[in-house]
Amino acid sequence: MATHSPSEGWIGASLLRKEDARHLLGHGMFIADVRMPGIQDVAFVRSQMAHAHVRGVFKPDDARASVFTLTDLGPLTILEAGPELAAHRHSPYPALADDRVRYAGQAIAACLAPTRALAEDLADRVTFRLDELPAVVDCVEAMRPGSMRVFDAWPDNAYITSAVNEGDPASLASAPIRLRRQLRMNRQSTAPLECRGVLAYWDHRIDELVVYLSTQGGHVKRIGLSQALGLPENKVRVIAPDVGGGFGGKNRLMPEDIAVAAIALKVGHPVRWIEDRREHLLAAIHAREHFYDLTISAQADGTLLGIEGEVYIDAGAYSLWPTGSFMEASMASRNLTGPYRIRHLNLKTYTVATNKSPMGPYRGVARPGACFAIERLVDEVARELGREPFDLRRQNIVRSEELPYETAAGMRLDTGDYVASLDTARDMVDLPAIRARQARGEPDGRAIGIGFAFYTEQSGHGITEWVKRKSRVAPGYESANIRMLPDGSVIITVGTQNHGQGHETTFAQIAAHELKIDPARISVRYGDTATGPFGFGTFGSRSIVFGGGAVSRASRALAEKIQRIGAHLLQTDAASTRLENATVHGPTGEIGFTEIAYAANVRQEHLPAGMDPLLDVTATYEPTETGGVFAYGAHAAVVAVEPDTGVIEILDYVVSEDCGTMINPMIVDGQVQGGIAQGIGTALYEEIPYDEMGQPLATTFADYMMPCAPEIPMVRMAHLVTPAKATEYGVKGLGEGGAIAPPAVLANAVADAFRGIKASFNETPLTPRRVSEAVERARRAGDRTE
Amino acid sequence: MKSAPFEYVRPRSLAEASVALGRKGITTAAIAGGQSLLPMLNLRVATLDLLVDISRIEDLKAVAKTPTGIWIGALTTHAAIEDGKVPDLFGGLMQHVAGQIAYRAVRNHGTIGGSVALADPAGDWTCCLIALGADVRIAGRDGMRFQPIAEFVRSAFETTLAPGELIVGFDIPGPGKPFRWGFAKVARKSGAFANSIAIAVSQGTKGPASVVLGAAGPRPALLSAVSKQIQAETPEAALRLAIEADVNLCAPDADAYQKRMHTATILRALRDMRAQ
Repeated sequence: MATHSPSEGWIGASLLRKEDARHLLGHGMFIADVRMPGIQDVAFVRSQMAHAHVRGVFKPDDARASVFTLTDLGPLTILEAGPELAAHRHSPYPALADDRVRYAGQAIAACLAPTRALAEDLADRVTFRLDELPAVVDCVEAMRPGSMRVFDAWPDNAYITSAVNEGDPASLASAPIRLRRQLRMNRQSTAPLECRGVLAYWDHRIDELVVYLSTQGGHVKRIGLSQALGLPENKVRVIAPDVGGGFGGKNRLMPEDIAVAAIALKVGHPVRWIEDRREHLLAAIHAREHFYDLTISAQADGTLLGIEGEVYIDAGAYSLWPTGSFMEASMASRNLTGPYRIRHLNLKTYTVATNKSPMGPYRGVARPGACFAIERLVDEVARELGREPFDLRRQNIVRSEELPYETAAGMRLDTGDYVASLDTARDMVDLPAIRARQARGEPDGRAIGIGFAFYTEQSGHGITEWVKRKSRVAPGYESANIRMLPDGSVIITVGTQNHGQGHETTFAQIAAHELKIDPARISVRYGDTATGPFGFGTFGSRSIVFGGGAVSRASRALAEKIQRIGAHLLQTDAASTRLENATVHGPTGEIGFTEIAYAANVRQEHLPAGMDPLLDVTATYEPTETGGVFAYGAHAAVVAVEPDTGVIEILDYVVSEDCGTMINPMIVDGQVQGGIAQGIGTALYEEIPYDEMGQPLATTFADYMMPCAPEIPMVRMAHLVTPAKATEYGVKGLGEGGAIAPPAVLANAVADAFRGIKASFNETPLTPRRVSEAVERARRAGDRTE
Repeated sequence: MKSAPFEYVRPRSLAEASVALGRKGITTAAIAGGQSLLPMLNLRVATLDLLVDISRIEDLKAVAKTPTGIWIGALTTHAAIEDGKVPDLFGGLMQHVAGQIAYRAVRNHGTIGGSVALADPAGDWTCCLIALGADVRIAGRDGMRFQPIAEFVRSAFETTLAPGELIVGFDIPGPGKPFRWGFAKVARKSGAFANSIAIAVSQGTKGPASVVLGAAGPRPALLSAVSKQIQAETPEAALRLAIEADVNLCAPDADAYQKRMHTATILRALRDMRAQ
């Protein structure tokens, strides 16, 4: 890999990441590594009650100036969050609690001290009086008439209620197969390695507020901070240093961000807040909690017809700026047909406020739930019909000759070969061999199961899609600036925010490809609103499509100018030259980029008459098709399950995926493996349960089960490569795909292990207790019917 | 997650440690590896006035074969046992148990004495040492005392340690031959405390046998009915009856799932033991 030769081209090269060295050596710079003279730490006082009136906050007399409540921070503007739809109800979320707390963990006061330990000592001395209210903890019960309301001004607890009605759902009533199932994906954390963090100070020289923020998109956060604080945007600079994972959880403006920035405006020194893991599990973005009550209809021959029912999203206590969690419901319902030719949909969705930490995006956004629902239902139909689930999938999946295919919910599946992907996964996992093994039985009494699931991953969706989603901020493009310095080296600044995706490497590969220079000569920078072009950041599997596209466009424009200067210096036409190995080659001579760059930057008398100096291009990019390009893949897993303990061992896990052209296949492999690790977390381990009082029951890693290396199998991968038609090089985004299918594939595998007794596994995570109890229920039901 | 302030001393001898731990009118705690105490301090669920760091006391580090078995000092880390730095008299049992405690990073710091002193009902070492019939040696202001570990651990997070006392180490009697063992554990994931842990040992062809179940009741329990059944080729039905009787006795509050799980771990430990 390190011996890659330029003649092989840079697109598709598995280069080692430029980012690796600093991280392996511990030389990265995360928020908590930033040192500032005079810095003080913030500790938040948080509500221990899920729902209460705040009757008073009492500061220690000897430290009144070091304790901040909401009134001490002002004036602040509360931003309206969620989609721009009149039907979406406003849930004002102050930076610190006003007269109401709506979830256990909501910040009430901020304490400032020279160290975090001292700040926590101070926080222990702040007292408050809360009058407890009944907590709203179940999103289905919350919609029943008479339920306690999270917001008094609302008529019920729904942020928004919506419907999807496609095809002719009335025709489903007479379908020969109609199965109703209830499925639940429970609440979890996004749990990045680095928790949240914010450090803010007023820079007196430049006369601006500097905010270091562990974020996935500093430019958009600047918009929100500027509006909340009432500062012009040119007086706010957001810097994101190394960001230790985000997964969606660092892509919303959070109350702590605003509070710390507001405190910095009040005091004359830098202040910071480094979130600890307990706070993270308590009060950072929560994800995933969906409940589905669905009926699937099919013909007797296995043709899937339609889905009806209800989708509930437990969205927590507030909408987070800018977008809230409305996308959960729309994406869950629109993705519910999966890759199948299901033409009739009748769904009602409820995005429900509860007394829990606000929901936000998490790798896969809604699709893990939708995939879990549809793929479980496909297996249930297969079991009902006595069919091999794999065959039923293959029968119903969209065929390559049908692409592009518009799904019932209006998504345009663009390119690929879904059947080939399924078949590849089947062959890799060796379905017949597993069926034979199941027939033999296991000497240790465990049950073997095999499961399949298929996902599609909308990526690179542009303005059409975001307008359809009524998004307050519409990330329909991305930008890049490329500069060649006098010595021919290159600096690229982008508006995306690398936080583990390897942009410093892949974007350099793209520029190297266009400029015909070595990626080692190219630096890629990001994460500072003072130096980079505006961009929306990194989320939604968008960066390689948008950011890579912008780098590609800017590089091509730069290459063209280099070529023109080179031709001029060689006294020939640009058309008779070509670029190779950092050199412009003409019919009779050649000239290196170093000379051209020197001329363009500091010796403009050598430039063609009338040409502007500098090699400096800023470009934006949006794909030609803005509804998105769809990566996809089939996952298959083999599990061994101990029925009495409910312990699951993953014996094999394979993926056959297609994300179009791969810029750096090694990074693709890493994304797939990492996504699956998180998907396995959703499937088997991670959960934040709440009791009936609204108390979260997993607030440390002793109770929150984060899978570690021993829990994660080495995934075997196959890559099908069908280039997208609408993007540069044919790339598709693939950051989220790995996380989408594991809950579905593992639940299907466990259900397969117990298909003989018809046990149902329709709730994640599949904890040992849930698995064993499902088996026991099925055994007892079987005993009763025999 | 930063601890409230506390005073800190690092005594060099058992006597000094005992005096510090026994100081009247204040809350004290001994710290060895700190793998349980430090998180509790940092979460401020435990607060204390004086932390007594016993990690430099040489008397607590000894490991030796003795005429009757083996001596393991309280400061011996899980990692040292896992890595075979403690003489193995028990066919690899202690090494196996050590290697399944938490994570390697925890095992590098965590000690056998600290684990037993914490007396977590799911603690691996308490189960293992009860199965092996170990004695605990305890130092206090009035000198040394010995106690069988099954009596030393009273209940969940409760031992017979009095103010000023600390564990010096463990006397483990050498095994009857042939020695066989089985071990089974159910945890939500690697590194998590067990939801069920069973250790079965048999010593000699007709000699004493013991089966211990942890994470079920307030403390690991020797299963007396099962222990009588393990030598013969007991039919599984009889074994299950014995297990049911023992589990009902030591974990009366266990629900149906927990009983199934405990039964499964006990059966697996027995199966593995018989297979040796």
